[in-house]
Amino acid sequence: MQVTRFPVRARNTADRIAGFMAHLRLNGLSVGVAETEATLQALAAIDACDAGQIRSAMKAVCADNADRYARFDELFTAYWMNAGRSKDGKAEASTHQETASGSRSRFGILEETKRTESVGNHDQPDEQDSDEEVGSSGEGRLIASRTHQSERQDLREFVSPEDIKRAELVAERLARCIRDRRSRRRRMARRGVGLDFRRTVRASISSGGEPIRLFKTRQPDRPVHLVALLDVSGSMTVYARVFLAFLKGLVSADQRTDAYLFHTRLVRISDALRDRDTLRAVNRLSLMANGFGGGTRIGTNLARFNDQYAAQMVNGRSVVMILSDGYDTDPPNMIARQLERLKKRGCRIVWINPLLGWQDYEPVARGMAAALPYLDHFAPANTLEKLGRLEPYLARI
Amino acid sequence: MTWIDLKSDLAAAGYIASDDLTMALHLSMALGRPLLLEGAAGVGKTQVAKTLAEIKNTNLIRLQCYEGLDAASAIYEWNYQRQLLSIRAATDQGVSSDDIEERIFSEKFLLSRPLLEAIRQVEPPVLLIDEIDRADEEFEAYLLEVLSDFQISIPELGTIEATSRPFVVLTANGTRDLSDALRRRCVYSFVEYPDRRTELAILDKRCPGLNARLAEQIVGFVQALRKEDLEKKPGVAELLDWAAALAGLGVNDLAQDPVTLQASLVCLLKTQGDRAAIPTEVAQRLAGKAA
Repeated sequence: MQVTRFPVRARNTADRIAGFMAHLRLNGLSVGVAETEATLQALAAIDACDAGQIRSAMKAVCADNADRYARFDELFTAYWMNAGRSKDGKAEASTHQETASGSRSRFGILEETKRTESVGNHDQPDEQDSDEEVGSSGEGRLIASRTHQSERQDLREFVSPEDIKRAELVAERLARCIRDRRSRRRRMARRGVGLDFRRTVRASISSGGEPIRLFKTRQPDRPVHLVALLDVSGSMTVYARVFLAFLKGLVSADQRTDAYLFHTRLVRISDALRDRDTLRAVNRLSLMANGFGGGTRIGTNLARFNDQYAAQMVNGRSVVMILSDGYDTDPPNMIARQLERLKKRGCRIVWINPLLGWQDYEPVARGMAAALPYLDHFAPANTLEKLGRLEPYLARI
Repeated sequence: MTWIDLKSDLAAAGYIASDDLTMALHLSMALGRPLLLEGAAGVGKTQVAKTLAEIKNTNLIRLQCYEGLDAASAIYEWNYQRQLLSIRAATDQGVSSDDIEERIFSEKFLLSRPLLEAIRQVEPPVLLIDEIDRADEEFEAYLLEVLSDFQISIPELGTIEATSRPFVVLTANGTRDLSDALRRRCVYSFVEYPDRRTELAILDKRCPGLNARLAEQIVGFVQALRKEDLEKKPGVAELLDWAAALAGLGVNDLAQDPVTLQASLVCLLKTQGDRAAIPTEVAQRLAGKAA
């Protein structure tokens, strides 16, 4: 998480709140001027000397979904309480000249914790060791709240512009062939292809049995949407590059596509991938992907997906695409149980396994073997080209 | 009114709210914004609105959302039958068509639905829009318009301004994701299952006279049950039902009567799968732990 220090210029409460809003935006909350205004109004409505109250109040105003609501406390502490760890010598220069004394006492907590660093680098990330050098490039540095895996790989090297371009082409084609589905039922439509005989005959009664007004029907579109879960554990590292590019392509092809990464944890990356600014997207990804290249817990992550996201994201018109080699450290029956749960939502499940492309590969990984009965399609793919060849299969499911 | 007062008022009315929830409620009143509550089923989201109406001593107007809910059943509708009758009567009397039109598009022929009703009250009511995520996205967009201006325009009549600004509570269960536009206009709170102490307090409020030891066992049991792998976790409402059931059955100690305990679980477990997941042994283990 990036921690923003107070700029020296901050002179009043509004300024500081604006700084906090910038910090929230940096961490993925969608807050704007309206929220800043509401926060200030909220501060007036509560006892603004109580940190707990301020936290609750800001949380109610700024967080707008369950995810962000759960993360808010952490962000709040990181911003307002973090300065306690900064060097004392510099922390002095904070109490400001012309700040009205009234406002200072009213916003006790803001005052007390707002120690400013004299070099007011707005975007500088938090340092855990104060003697560590921070590059002046202003790039975010990763601070894992809980480190699952010491080896951390930057996703930047995994996504090159050419890859994205190629993957986008393949992915877009795939996404389209999966998405375009017609309903089997026919509905009335002004510009339909077939005749609605029932209705036409009924209407013909008023004209003495002469079918003058013709009613038509067509099969309405029932677009299918994709949910992709990508395994980025150690055993998948070689393929992660191409798959990630593929995911980016899928997500940009269709607004409703949803994408997740998992290793020991599950992270939703749809929003990050959708970011127009590729570099920023990759930065956000690397923030989320601490633990990239570590062990896998497929069962646990599927369970988490079922608990947290499936209710909203998966229905009878979804295709869940799991990209993983099936090597798992969880008990094998766990995958089967979670897939069964997922299957109950009526979705189709496609498992794409890069190892399957090898000669003589049998799904011996026990988790994989247990998962087989629940899969609608089990396909090999270890390169972009092979992914592209999935098209006819996916069109049929 | 400060939020501490609000909290004690809520408690007095029988609703034990967490700090975050109380603050959200307080702010939505102070800022005049709608309050959006999310959380699992049965954590008491709807009850917030009911309690609020009670402590404010105003009407509760409820709009239950469902798929296909449209403006006609949420905002207003013309009373067509009555209009037709009136036209028929008027033509018999030989009234001119302009007069007929004037007559049939008047307030007398307007059926007000919850949203229109809410803004026409004398005292500001509590407007509960329940399970907004079940309604279609088009309706959500319409709702945005009503909630931001608190006025409703009826083409035949003109614009109806709010006589009082209702206090709006929206609840959602996560059937689908709500639009950002709606979220941003609201004060948000995510309601969690209450912790042990809160739940005891709730039980004490709602089922007074329950044996203190049994109350603790009940809460302990339900809290442990929520940690099990269930499709549908029991909420506060289920807990209260169960407590009432146990009191009615004359149970004094959960661990003593396995058969009754197992039978009474119908109050807590609402699917076949969950029933199968908690056989007598598991129930006994949980009861043993809770005791």
